[in-house]
Amino acid sequence: MSEMFRDKVEIDLTVNGEAVQARVPAGQHAVDFLRQELGLTGAHASCEHGVCGACTIRVDGETVRGCLTLAAQLDGADIWTVEGLSDTDAIRDLQDAFVARNALQCGFCTPGMLVAVEELLAKGGVPDRAVIREHLSGNYCRCTGYEAIVDAVESVAQKRTGKVTS
Amino acid sequence: MSVQFGNPDRPNSYIGKTVPRPNAARLVEGRGKYVDDIVLPRMVHVAFVRSPFAHAKIQGIETVDAASVKGVLRVFTGADLAEVCTPWVAVLAHLKGLKSPPEHPMAVDRACWVGEPVVAVVATSRAAAEDAAELVDVDYEQLPVVTDMMTALDKDTPVLHPEMGDNLAFQRVNEEGDLDAAFAGAHKIVSAQFSTARHTGVTLEPRSILVDWNPAETQMTAYHATQAPHMMQTVLAKHLDLPESRVRVICGDVGGSYGIKVHVYPDEVATAAIAKIMGRPVKFIADRLESFTTDIHARDHKIDAKIAVDKDGKILGFDVDDWTAIGAYSVYPRTSAIEGNQVINLCGGPYDFADYRAKTTVVFQNKTPTCQYRAVGHPIAVAITEGLVDMAAAELGMDPIEIRRRNMYADDAYPVTSPAKMRFEGLSHHQSMDKLVGLMDYDALRADQAAAREKGIHRGIGIATFIELTNPSPFMYGIGGARISAQDGCTVRMDPDGSIVALSGVTEQGQGTEAMLSQIVAESVGVLPSKVRVITGDTQVTPYGGGTWASRGAGIGGEAALRAGRALRDSILEVAAAMLQADQSNLDIRDGEVVDSESGTARMPLEELGRIVYFRGDTLPEDLPRELVQTRHYITSEYPFAFTNGVQASYVEVDTDTGEVKLLKHWCVEDCGRIINPQLVDEQIRGGIVQGLGGALFEEVHYDEDGQLLNGSMADYLVPMAAEMPDMIIGHVETPTKESALGAKGAGEAGTAGAPAAVMNAINDALRPMGAQVSAMPFTPERILRALGTIEE
Amino acid sequence: MKASVGGYARATDLQHAIKLLDSADGMARVLAGGQSLVAAMNMRLTAGDLLVDISRLSELRGVTDEGDTIRIGALTRHVEVGDNALIKEHAPLLADAVKFIAHATIRNRGTIGGALAHADPAAEFPACVLALGATLQIMGPDGGRTIAVEDFFLGLFETDLEPEEVLMAITIPKAEAGERQVLQEVTRRSGDYALAGLCLVKRQAGHRLTMLSVGEQPELATGAMAMLDAGNIDGAVAALRAEIDPSSDTNASASYRRHIAGVLLRRAVDQMTGDVR
Repeated sequence: MSEMFRDKVEIDLTVNGEAVQARVPAGQHAVDFLRQELGLTGAHASCEHGVCGACTIRVDGETVRGCLTLAAQLDGADIWTVEGLSDTDAIRDLQDAFVARNALQCGFCTPGMLVAVEELLAKGGVPDRAVIREHLSGNYCRCTGYEAIVDAVESVAQKRTGKVTS
Repeated sequence: MSVQFGNPDRPNSYIGKTVPRPNAARLVEGRGKYVDDIVLPRMVHVAFVRSPFAHAKIQGIETVDAASVKGVLRVFTGADLAEVCTPWVAVLAHLKGLKSPPEHPMAVDRACWVGEPVVAVVATSRAAAEDAAELVDVDYEQLPVVTDMMTALDKDTPVLHPEMGDNLAFQRVNEEGDLDAAFAGAHKIVSAQFSTARHTGVTLEPRSILVDWNPAETQMTAYHATQAPHMMQTVLAKHLDLPESRVRVICGDVGGSYGIKVHVYPDEVATAAIAKIMGRPVKFIADRLESFTTDIHARDHKIDAKIAVDKDGKILGFDVDDWTAIGAYSVYPRTSAIEGNQVINLCGGPYDFADYRAKTTVVFQNKTPTCQYRAVGHPIAVAITEGLVDMAAAELGMDPIEIRRRNMYADDAYPVTSPAKMRFEGLSHHQSMDKLVGLMDYDALRADQAAAREKGIHRGIGIATFIELTNPSPFMYGIGGARISAQDGCTVRMDPDGSIVALSGVTEQGQGTEAMLSQIVAESVGVLPSKVRVITGDTQVTPYGGGTWASRGAGIGGEAALRAGRALRDSILEVAAAMLQADQSNLDIRDGEVVDSESGTARMPLEELGRIVYFRGDTLPEDLPRELVQTRHYITSEYPFAFTNGVQASYVEVDTDTGEVKLLKHWCVEDCGRIINPQLVDEQIRGGIVQGLGGALFEEVHYDEDGQLLNGSMADYLVPMAAEMPDMIIGHVETPTKESALGAKGAGEAGTAGAPAAVMNAINDALRPMGAQVSAMPFTPERILRALGTIEE
Repeated sequence: MKASVGGYARATDLQHAIKLLDSADGMARVLAGGQSLVAAMNMRLTAGDLLVDISRLSELRGVTDEGDTIRIGALTRHVEVGDNALIKEHAPLLADAVKFIAHATIRNRGTIGGALAHADPAAEFPACVLALGATLQIMGPDGGRTIAVEDFFLGLFETDLEPEEVLMAITIPKAEAGERQVLQEVTRRSGDYALAGLCLVKRQAGHRLTMLSVGEQPELATGAMAMLDAGNIDGAVAALRAEIDPSSDTNASASYRRHIAGVLLRRAVDQMTGDVR
């Protein structure tokens, strides 16, 4: 019966603009695949039950929890991680704002946080602080207390829309 | 020559400026290198089988099925590891009477808490090791459990460690004056019961260690997410029977610590023992679920406390009876008695009064061990003190700011020794309070509160003053016999290109150690901060030091860096003077150039000096000292600790129908002495406040009466998230310590120390018209409604 | 922890999915958005499952207008439910519920069909579709069937779905003119499971009231509904508190949840009558 089910799955996908072919264990989640097979250690595994957001990556244009997505499901997908977004300067202004505002301390949440933030900023406009906080309510940061992150996001939104207030 | 801190236009004025952290740009690109990012040849993974029972005798262990899983290489029992690793006993001589039994890296005969490691499975992948761990069959015989703190010492409660005689780990009374007389003569006595919940740190990066044993070199290398690399070097060497010189601990990027990663964990030592047996690299990355049962817990206290005041609101005395339960073992090597000890040292801290009695009782139980966690004891002591002061003010009909102003030590009272026998060199309670009242516009906020009340909206303002213990001397651990360094060192050298390398014994976990050190070294040598590379976290490379804990990095490590930098500057100028035929005292180094100190005229770039020293040393006088490297170590000696102070305020809105508490805004004014990098200090305060807010509203590890942990996942143990947290206004007063040239004290724990008390007082301020009061943290919606008496059973 | 999976198969169409499920002797699990299932696998609450990945079945996607009803494909993701114009107009309760469900990143992936099949009593969608009186379309080896939502939820994480069946779509009656739909809940933090939550629908035929996080499965609070129909709010609160059976956990006791149920009902009624808070 189970010959139709595989414990290793062939996948063919694009990661940070590069073609990748792999054979992955059926139960391996996307973040372990990226970290262990591709050496993309930017996204982190922390809770592995979908709560902390450290594993947030972009799949087919939308953010997903890397730990709640199986690598086997990524056949044909277009994946972006913080490494690719850095190499292409896609979020340079956001990264610069995080550094300038010290919106990171230990940095472990930051790659996931940046991917999550960019999804909000890509909608355009200047979200108010409550909206920023709500959007990031699934990304845990134990270090900063969040305010510096909210400040950095707000400042980038203002700059991108030309509505710099300060 | 000392730094002219008062002159912002002085040359090389980097101390006191916001300078970006050199490591931040790397981390935002995902280029951090945390332990789990490191892959070594022949590396294997370990997963642990952990006790499912709070107390059980291990009758037998069957590992055949586990060993047969594809990818599994070895399976170890506690007895296997006991052959290569000696047990430890976590006591300190100065904590008189503290006792704890020997603890092994894995349970040998008996498991004493849910989560204690029992069997280790080593495999080529973590997934395979976990698959196999599920197949290990341990035959347990359950034993009676001790779970309730308050009955742990009762006669009919079983004794957890029979060889210890009873369940008492430690007890101490800190007493001054005649408390009974003070209370007898009091105008009002207010008493309350407080409790703070069992917390855990939930570092986003789980505990992580990768240990490589190379028998050919007799060399152990541990890549470890730790706050104290040199301490771990000593521990691994001692218990694995290796020369200390043959253990190297490397601490790269660390994904959050907060005290969680400064302790010795059985599973981490087990990982090192397994590496030594197997002769190849072994990686252990704690899973989040096992983190909840194995990372240290903290703050599980119940307190009965009383305050006595006279009719003018003058505090006459505090009487505090603190109980805490620390789990099954005192944690090595810092011990689990420190938190209770801090509570009885810190109560009443900001106030000038005479009579004091505080007792802590520390008991064993069958739960995860507790130990030092950010702001050790402070949030508890501040909640007791500030809760009682507010309750007394309410009894007297006095404004909470006013009662504090009447009792805080005057800003010119120092030095002073408190009734708890804490010595304060210089604090600024009144200046800080004045600044806070201005920042929050206290009167306007009171008006807003009154206007909201008219509309049936219940808002409250809470104030909490506090002191914070920083810059510890050997009085904290060293005098008790622990090899935990209170001193710290820094080596500063100039390379041929004129750039500076600074090696420090303090470590970086994201708080900005490297930025802080680069600023100090840049200023003290006379170069741009970007010309300074800072290296931390490698016992084979950096000077010996204590690492990062108890808010010591800036005050201790920073002073060592300042002194080393000044010494290097002198060395450079001595060479420059010889080369330029100038008087050394007329030369200075500014922005990487030797200049005439009077005119500022450039005389020689440092890279030219470097070229001559390193490649044409033949042109210099033969007897000229030319070591462009200096090391200095620093230790505090006049005071056991450098106390800081501050005050926080919280503004909350309580939904009296649902019990929900909304944090509207938060303020903190604190005095950490010399501020080296204002932004880094502000963000330490903010992050610390939110960690305190978590304890006030959300965080609580729940156990049932059998010692089963009930909420061990991130879905169930609630940490503070962005949506519920307020914006925070931070202000500063600077009272530098005179003990060091730098004048810096610590800032890492002030936020956490004061925030829970501020929120408690704010909630009670909101509830007071309804006659309700809360004092058991966290202040859940249910606890609020129960205080209001609206829930029917 | 790392998931332990028996095997994985990617269904190419609905019939393939059912064939895969049928072949697995009850060991199969349908993998849709995976936001609950993969978490459970990673926590090893379930192990050895044969996963049937239906996430690419286009026939299970999309929202369509079917006259008096709208049909929501089971693979419609939470984010799409929240943004869909048909749902916003004809079943605003569902659209409103989305913002209460977890966090943006979870909502990008989680599906309404997955949420209903998972039947978590603390989840929003099961309580919503029950309050709305939906019917569910199910496909199995012997063909399709339709079931009223009242008969679908059978217990804690338990539904009428057979192991070899797939939930295809949810059909919801369009809101009448003047119909009101309200969701109220109390959570510890944004996106957490509610301590208690309440869905109230007011139609010409009467009120429909369901709750989340107060029992083993979403149920209609018929006693309270009758009181509401009679215009007796106090009676409805008392009836609601009497007919629910919440349990205690580390976040709140049963007593708190029972109390809050009444508070939420008053708030929902206030919201409907325009006295919004």
